[in-house]
Order: sequence, then structure tokens, then C-alpha cells
Amino acid sequence: MIPELGHFALALALALSLAQAVLPLLGAQRRDGRLMASGPGLALGVLIAVGAAFSALLWSFAVNDTTVSNVVQNSHSAKPMLYKLAGAWGNHEGSMVLWVLILALCGAAVSAFGRNLPGALRARVLAVLGMIGAGFLAFILATSNPFLRVWPPAADGQGLNPVLQDPGLAFHPPLLYLGYVGTAVTFAFAIAALIEGRVDAAWGRWVRPWALASWAFLTLGIALGSWWAYYELGWGGYWFWDPVENASLLPWLAGAALLHSAIVVEKRDALKTWSVLLAILAFSMSLLGTFLVRSGVLNSVHAFANDPERGVFILALLLLTMGGAFALFAWRAPALAPTGVFAPISREGALVLNNLLLCTIAAVVLAGTLYPMFADLMLKAKISVGPPFYQATVFPLALPLVLAMAAGPLMAWKRAKPWPVLQRLWWVALASLAAVALVWLVQGHPVLPALGFGAALWLVLGAVADIAERTALFSRPRAALSRARGLPRATWGGAVAHAGFGISLLGMAGMGLATERLAAVQPGETISLAGYEWRLDGVRDVTGPNWTSRRATVTVTRDGAPVTVLEPEKRNFPLARQSTTEAAIHTTWASDLYAVMGEEENGRATLRLHHNPLAPWIWLGGAVMALGAGLSLTDRRARVGAPARRAAEAARA
Amino acid sequence: MSEAKSPLSRRAILWAPLGLAAAGGVGFWAMLRGMRDGSYDPRGVPSALLGKPAPRMALPPVEGIELPTIAPEMLASPGMPVLVNFWASWCVPCVVEHPQLVALQRRGVRILGINYKDKPADAARFLVRHGNPFQALAADAEGRAGIEYGLYGVPETYLLDRQGIIRWRWAGPMMPDTLSAELDPLLRRHA
Repeated sequence: MIPELGHFALALALALSLAQAVLPLLGAQRRDGRLMASGPGLALGVLIAVGAAFSALLWSFAVNDTTVSNVVQNSHSAKPMLYKLAGAWGNHEGSMVLWVLILALCGAAVSAFGRNLPGALRARVLAVLGMIGAGFLAFILATSNPFLRVWPPAADGQGLNPVLQDPGLAFHPPLLYLGYVGTAVTFAFAIAALIEGRVDAAWGRWVRPWALASWAFLTLGIALGSWWAYYELGWGGYWFWDPVENASLLPWLAGAALLHSAIVVEKRDALKTWSVLLAILAFSMSLLGTFLVRSGVLNSVHAFANDPERGVFILALLLLTMGGAFALFAWRAPALAPTGVFAPISREGALVLNNLLLCTIAAVVLAGTLYPMFADLMLKAKISVGPPFYQATVFPLALPLVLAMAAGPLMAWKRAKPWPVLQRLWWVALASLAAVALVWLVQGHPVLPALGFGAALWLVLGAVADIAERTALFSRPRAALSRARGLPRATWGGAVAHAGFGISLLGMAGMGLATERLAAVQPGETISLAGYEWRLDGVRDVTGPNWTSRRATVTVTRDGAPVTVLEPEKRNFPLARQSTTEAAIHTTWASDLYAVMGEEENGRATLRLHHNPLAPWIWLGGAVMALGAGLSLTDRRARVGAPARRAAEAARA
Repeated sequence: MSEAKSPLSRRAILWAPLGLAAAGGVGFWAMLRGMRDGSYDPRGVPSALLGKPAPRMALPPVEGIELPTIAPEMLASPGMPVLVNFWASWCVPCVVEHPQLVALQRRGVRILGINYKDKPADAARFLVRHGNPFQALAADAEGRAGIEYGLYGVPETYLLDRQGIIRWRWAGPMMPDTLSAELDPLLRRHA
């Protein structure tokens, strides 16, 4: 019964979404206040309906209802409750319901927090969100119904994929979806602005919190995914330039560009056309990622079920969305005349540079991701685009981006002089150059890691210099604390996020110096790697609930002093006929000691040992970036509406 | 910003995103069609070279490594099954695959390595650290051999039979299960 209710709730949500897509829009065109006011109520209705459907799905997984085909395929009664529930969104159908649920949440949030939005703008934003929701609900109902029944019921579920039973994987998709769907809201604002033919400072102010929130969630989602790959795949790497990873990076890059250009729209009334285009692009990239991952057109370890039928439906949605948005853009964008003018060397100029670089990086990553597919299609050639391509293309673009990131916040709006900015950053530049030189000399001339350390220091210290400058920490230290309290939260947020990126870079630079060793060793034998002595004490059998494993005990010492005991495992799941490697990781924060157990032969066990300097800081940096975005979200400007536009509306009325 | 441009070209630029999206859409649609009728396969595993002789090219040896390069006669009719393995020192999965290669070599399987887009010094360090499973090693600094083979990524391995005909291709690292489930039966069949 409950699955049927869930199915019905989905259909109800589709009907309500269609109404939400049409009525408020009609109201806004006819200036009919009552029709426009239908938007928030309908958005709330959609949220309740989708929430009911999602709860029904969770319930089916929680009680392991084996008459639901989705449960049979993806769950098992022996799973712990957390993974049963996470299994509800760990598959294609369930993840789409979660996607729509988050979209409905966003719609309700626009209704709730958007009370000070002009009525017509809010109605149009809600209508666009309604269209997107209707598209995806139709997709779920037509091709991916999660409530499909099977009869007779299966004895138990088949979904006991050992690799996927992991807390990191339980929370990785919801975070990413929050980010993806957040771009839908900025997209809706962009479309509404195009229909109205007006983008002003108030628009920038309303869009920025959404851009910030979605970017923060994307950052967390990507960081969590990368961390999962690091500890679960057991390869000792954190980013593989896999097409699916790239698909999540693209909206992140576009979102980062958008949240910077929205500042210029808000403060200086310029870059309007560009910001609208970025908002459309960010959402298009999210949809493109969905299409690539779920249609099966690309080759990746992460790809979902391979189903061309679904692919056709998502492609139609993608083209309808992008085509409609871009056509509207081409038609209406000329109406968005810029009013703010600025010199090339200015805060705006630095933000434009940032935007150009971010978008170029996004274009390069997009080309690298799509080129092999199109080459396969048109030239019948299988081509790989791997790390060498991205290293050769992304790093040269990232370097000027990093340089501008520290200097930009110190520049004045409209027109800045380069010399005073450099004067404030001289000690930062000196420290960074010293770091480059030091790493270069000590570590035996590695180019990229040395530059990476310099860039990381430049960003972190640059953020410190920015805050120190604004609080006059060095010139009048006594009043600095009270001035620090008086600084807008957005300023703090920006500095923290930039420093967070620096921290991530620090981790990546450290990983550039990673060393590893493969060795077949007998118990009692010692290997030395990176100044540590790794002794294999022995290998023993361990039995778990549904697996058996060979577990090695490796004692790590440094100059005779014990550091840690690592226990890497090779687990074998006889029922699932799968084996997993459980890497053992010990972090000292300065580095990760990482051990993987391999095959055994003639009493020797193959061990793979990695020494990964500064690795944990990659993901901590991601958390700091998201924290910075969160700080910026709590800024007073984001909470209070835009009085200027309300006054203007009142004056017109 | 774009005051200097004529309004016409400005408008044309605004239509460009739509044009790009449309072109991309046509391509994706063709891929989906191809997937259904079998003419487009993203997994890419059935290599166009299966059942054909391995591409013969003159590749230089890797500088600073005391191994001969792959001579054409090693591929022409080797007289026993041979593996051609593409690898690089910058490739993390290659490290994961390496013990399996070493184990194969110890069992007497002949492995010819192609060092793909790598620096000779890095490649040498890799082999010193992890051991050398290769009987011959060629350098493919520009990736030309990769194009000839239709390489999907590194690591990637090809099995040649006694006549030098490509019988099997494995994209990605060969894990212990790969050896037992896929490669060993083929090695027995072609031995």
C-alpha cells in the first residue's frame, strides 16, 4: 500500500508542478496579483507531495519490502539501517526522487525567504522551478519509477555491494545534489530576469546567497567524493580526472565564477549579461553531468545504469532547458545594458579576470571530457584524455588565477593603482617565493609541487594580509579587534574561502611529493620509506559477518620510536563474489601513512606503502572553503532584502 | 565593455551559446542512437584491432634503462603468447597493477612494455622501486603508439597470440581477479 501511495504522491507532485509552472507565470504576464500569489502555495504543495513520496521510498527500504523491485535490486535485510536508508538514494531511481525533493525544498525556500522579492520576480522564479520540477517528475514517472512492484516477492534483496557500504558514500550524493539543485535556483532567477528584461543590483543581491549555498554544497560534495576515492579505492590518489569527477567539477567552476560576478552586479551594476549567462551555464553543466552519468554514453567507473531510453529523455530535458534558456538569452540579453564602467585595473577588473580564467578552465575540462566521446563518434577513434592533458592545460591557467585571488580583494572598485596593492602584499610575495625556493632546493627540483607550495602560501597569507589591512592590524593594532567585529561577514567569508583554497592547494602540492613502494615481504621483514621503518609482523585470517579477510599487521617506527600499527586487509565477500582492499591509513596531519595489502605468494605478502605528505589538508581545505561561503551567507546583506528596489517599486506603484 | 563592436556582431555572439548547445545535442543524440544499434560503444573494450596483427612501429628505447626496445619481430610472430602493456610512472592505477605484472613475469609470461608519455628518469625510478617485469621496453613520448593501438587510457594491456594477432584487450589495471578470470584461460588456450 505504502509504495502505491508514494507513486500517487509523485503523480500528484507532477500535476502541482505543472500548475506551478503555468499559473504564476501567467499572473506575472497579466499583472494579476491573485494568480501570482498561487506560486508559494503550489510550491509548498509540491514539497509535501514529493516529501511523502520520498518517505514512502525510505519506508520501503527500512522494512526491506521485497515486493518493490528497487528494494530487491539495491537492498538486503542484513544491511545496517543507515545503509538501508542510504540505499534508497544510492540507485538511479531513488536518487532522482531525492533530486526532485531537494528542488521542491528550494522552491519552498524561495517562497518562504522571498517575501521581500518583487511579486512578479518571485512568481517567475517559482514558475521556472516548477517547469524544471515537472520535467524531472515526468522523467521519473515515465522511465524510472522507484515503486515498481515484483510478484511473487523475492526471498531477499540482492544489493549487498560491499564497496558501497560506506558512510562517505551515504552522504556524498545528497551533498552533491544540494549543490546541483542550488544551481537550478540561480538559473530560475536568470530566466526570470530575462523575461522581465531587467537585471539590477537587487537581482545580484538575491542571486548571490543561492549561488553561495549551491557552491558550498558542491564543494563539500566533491571533497567528500574525493576523500572516499582516496580511502576506499585504495589507489592512494585523490583525483583521477575521471569524466564523472569532471562532470561535478564543471558546475563548481561555473558556480565559482557566478558568485564572483554577482558581486559586481550588486555593487557596480555591471557584468549583467555575463552573470545571467553564467547562471544558465552552471545549471546546464549540472544537467549535462546528470546526462553523462545516467545515459551510459561515457566510460567511467562511476557511471550509473546504462540505459539509452533514459538517456533520450534526459537529453530531451537538457536540450529543452538549454535551448530555451539560450534562445531567450540571445533574444533578451541586449536589453540588459551595463551602466557601471570601470578601468581594467580595479576590483571589477580582477573579478573579470577571475571569471575569464575560471571559464577557460571549465572550457578546457569540458573539452577534455567530451572530446574522446565525439572523436569516437565522428572519427571512430578511441582516444584517451588523461592527467597529462589536464596537467598541461589546467595548471598554467590556475597560476594566474591564484595570483589574482590574493591581489583582487585588496584593489579598489572602479579604478585601482597596482603599486599600493603590491606594497601591501610584498611580505606575502616574499614568503611565497621563499617557499618555492626552499621546496625546489630541498626536494630535488620538482616544478609543480614547488609552485604549489608557493601558491598555497600566497593565498593563505594573502587572506591574512587582506584582513590585516581592513582591520589596520599593523598600523593601529589596538582598535583592530573591534574593527574585525565590524567587518562585513562577506569580507570574512571571502578571505576564509580564499585561504581554504590555499589550504587545499597545500595538500595537493604535498601529494605531488608523495612516494610509494611495492614490495613482497616475509613476516618480520622491514621496508624503509620516507624516513619510516615499516615492519610486517604477520598476516592472519579474520572473519566478519559476511566476509573473510587476510589482515596484515604492519608496525611503523621512526628512528626506533613506534609511530603506529597499520592493519590493511584484503576482504573477500563470498556471497557477492567480490573482494575489496581496505587500505590502512594513519594520519599525522603532516602526512598520511597509507598501506595496502596485496596478494600472497610463497609466504611473502605484497605490500603497497604510500607516504602522502599533507594529504588530509586537501579535504580540510574544501571544508574551509565551504565554511567561508557559509560565513558569507550570514552577511547582513544576504538576510535583509534590497531596500533600493523595493523603494523603486513603491514609487512606481 | 563592448562599445567598440558593432551591435550586429554583439547580437551574433549572444546566439553562439545556442548554436553550441544545438551542435552538442545532435552529437549526443547520435551517440544514443549508436548505442542502440551497436555502432557506438562507450566502453570501448572491443578494440578495432582484435583479430588483427599488432601495429608494428619503430619506437626508441627508454633512455637510461638497460632494456632493449620492442623489435618488430617480437610482435610479428613471437611463437608464444605475449602481453603488450602500456604504462606510465605518473599513473596511479599502474602502481596498483604492477604486482600482477611482476607475478606474470615470474610465471614466465613475456611482457613488452610501452612507456606512455613519460619522462625517462621517472620511468627508471619507477622500475627500480617496484621491480621490472618487462622483457623489452619502448618509449612512446608523444603518444603515437597509443593512437595506433587506439589506447583508451593507461594502464592498458593487449594479449598477442603466437602469430602476433591481438586476441584480448584490457583497459584499466589488471587485478588478481582479472588474471584468474580472464587472462589465464586465454594464456592456456594460446600457449
